[in-house]
Amino acid sequence: MAMSPALPRTSAPPRWQDYVQLLKPRVMSLVIFTAITGMVCADSSVNPILGAIAIFCIAVGAGASAAFNMWYDADIDAKMRRTRARPVPSGKVQGSDALAMGGVLSMFSVMLLGMTTNWLAAGLLAFTIFFYAVVYTMWLKRSTPQNIVIGGLAGALPPVIGWAAATGTAPLNAWLLCAIIFMWTPPHFWALSLYTSEDYEKAGVPMMPVTAGAASTRKQILIYSLLFVPLCIVPVFTGLGGLTYLAVAGLGGLVFLVLAWRVFKSRAGEAAGERNDDGLYDVKGGSKDARNLFAFSILYLTLLFATLLAEHALGLPGVGVL
Amino acid sequence: MSEPKPDPTIEARARRGRNIALALGLVLFVVLVFVVTVVRMGGNVGLRPL
Repeated sequence: MAMSPALPRTSAPPRWQDYVQLLKPRVMSLVIFTAITGMVCADSSVNPILGAIAIFCIAVGAGASAAFNMWYDADIDAKMRRTRARPVPSGKVQGSDALAMGGVLSMFSVMLLGMTTNWLAAGLLAFTIFFYAVVYTMWLKRSTPQNIVIGGLAGALPPVIGWAAATGTAPLNAWLLCAIIFMWTPPHFWALSLYTSEDYEKAGVPMMPVTAGAASTRKQILIYSLLFVPLCIVPVFTGLGGLTYLAVAGLGGLVFLVLAWRVFKSRAGEAAGERNDDGLYDVKGGSKDARNLFAFSILYLTLLFATLLAEHALGLPGVGVL
Repeated sequence: MSEPKPDPTIEARARRGRNIALALGLVLFVVLVFVVTVVRMGGNVGLRPL
């Protein structure tokens, strides 16, 4: 493990904005969105002040796990174009500071969530932080191409925490939201890694295109997509989603499958040496299909959760045949 | 290669900024605990049998 002592330190002292970057604010915004969806879908009356503080705690917990990740992964982050400007590998913040911040914010978020709502929600938040920082970052990420499949659980849990914070329980529908994000993660990240695999290879991260090759990754993207899209329809049968959700999940799912099929039939991830280095996400020749799936996967998940959020906020009834 | 030496003035200003951020964080924590306590106690007081 080569962490910050071996990394450069800039002459400029760290600013508070560098510490904010340690929390991965963009990821945090997604966590807030899915946790709010879980809380609203629970259809339970929550004191708005306590609800807001609970969401704040979940966001801070996500930030804490990101700080742990930045501390531990500084050595590999320094080798990848996408991550080399992060505060620790760029030398703006010391690794020990990131570690301390992760520890303090973890305790703060879990304890305050427990005090504010209930200890099931706090326990789930603690488990999420542990899973992301220890199971994914320290263990899976460097050891198996299934890293993002299993590690995706950490990113999938916030709606369950939101639901538990509202009700003190975690029923089937809460885990259904978790399962949707969990099954969405592999096609989403593997589509990205198809056109950034050189970076992962350089850093020694065993992402699927690096270890199994582009063709196998494209096939697995298609398989996961075939499992993921029907799963997105299931909330209609459990009463979680209504007719609007059915339309969004059905039509969006068809587009998702078409894009996954195009990735499968393409040569995405194979055209080495054709990379255009003008920008961060510039695509290798032949990998546009992978980029399209990556971009649409974000839109699709956002639409699914936004529709559920709107249906429950407006009190639109679900169909519910189970 | 020697490590670049930080400018003492800039370093002091950055330290001051971080200290203020830490102080604000602590104040926020205290305020949140206070608010949670009041809201939760308020609900329980309301539920007391008269």
